[in-house]
Amino acid sequence: MKMSYFPGCTLKNKAKDLDEYARKSAEVLGITLEEIENWQCCGGVFTTSKDEIATKLSSVRALMDAKSKEQPLVSVCSACHNVIKQTNHAMRNDSEFADKVNRYMSENEPYNGETEVLHYLEMLRDKVGFDSLKEKVVNPLKGKKIGAYYGCLLLRPNSVMAMDDPENPTIMEELIKAIGATPVVYGMRNECCGGYVSVESPELAKKKSDAVVANAKAQGADMIITACPLCRYNLIKNGADIPVVYFTELLAQALGVKEAENE
Amino acid sequence: MNKKDLLREEIIRRSGVNPKKCMKCGKCSGTCPAYEEMEFHPHQFASMIDSGDIEPLIASESVYKCLSCFACVERCPRGVEPAKLIEAVRLSVIREKGANRMTANDVPAMVDEETPQQLLVSAFRKYTK
Repeated sequence: MKMSYFPGCTLKNKAKDLDEYARKSAEVLGITLEEIENWQCCGGVFTTSKDEIATKLSSVRALMDAKSKEQPLVSVCSACHNVIKQTNHAMRNDSEFADKVNRYMSENEPYNGETEVLHYLEMLRDKVGFDSLKEKVVNPLKGKKIGAYYGCLLLRPNSVMAMDDPENPTIMEELIKAIGATPVVYGMRNECCGGYVSVESPELAKKKSDAVVANAKAQGADMIITACPLCRYNLIKNGADIPVVYFTELLAQALGVKEAENE
Repeated sequence: MNKKDLLREEIIRRSGVNPKKCMKCGKCSGTCPAYEEMEFHPHQFASMIDSGDIEPLIASESVYKCLSCFACVERCPRGVEPAKLIEAVRLSVIREKGANRMTANDVPAMVDEETPQQLLVSAFRKYTK
């Protein structure tokens, strides 16, 4: 199965691991991620204001490219997924916005949100299936107690993202189980780490990220996984004393396409 | 229409939010991770915009404290979406000439070896026009 793939700026630079192991793992699971040609940065934040058009065009271009190939559009980075999914929702449901965008794009066929937008985790759950994934695991990560960190971008706003229960998500816990490890559920897993203000208000960012790590540890986690490069950066920068890794790294280890690291 | 009413109408149109739906329960501010940093809190944005008292919001640092985490949007029992109001006010600020919160010249001092590109593009989207 082939799917369109939007890596995003960070996965091409500081988060190469997130990209590399996502692609390799997908191949093992029977999905080829085809990178969209000449994709442009999503901008990192979906501007909710209705009179912002230009900041959303890069997402629309990626969505139209996937539509032309009749493929779903997959991304791994929480921010890219959030921006692209919210843009697609606006194209589908806000006719005034869609009209402006389509006039600007001036393509022959207007775009009205037809593309299916998937986060990589949704691809695993809904297209591969966690049961099938489990059958492909050659190196189960037994004994690891892992806290899934969702943060804000994957789940909210739920009326648009619709990935999971926004207050009691299970998708990453199901993945952790499928790769043979033990999920650790903790209350702060869907609270903000303060990443956006790590420059503007470093003290606030530290306070928020400390609270996440402390809560995960208190519930017994010896490792945190995330899909968001900014969350990972922020948690590590603020002194997380347990490893914070991309979920794709563990997936790749379990599927045998990444060497286990010596710990 | 006077200037105050025009600004109110513009913020409401831009955000797509109807602040009259707010029942003043305070749940948005209660769940806000930036609450302690804010001079005006999410519930105050809703009530002050509704009453047209927007100039103090425009002049406040609070517009830069919002983390855009959407906790207030998700947990509002009335679907008011305060984060969208805060963003609409922030845009009123940074769309003014010369009012960018950050410029490319600020970037070298912001980054370290590990800074993800995502942080920089997001900061530009939030603070710069």
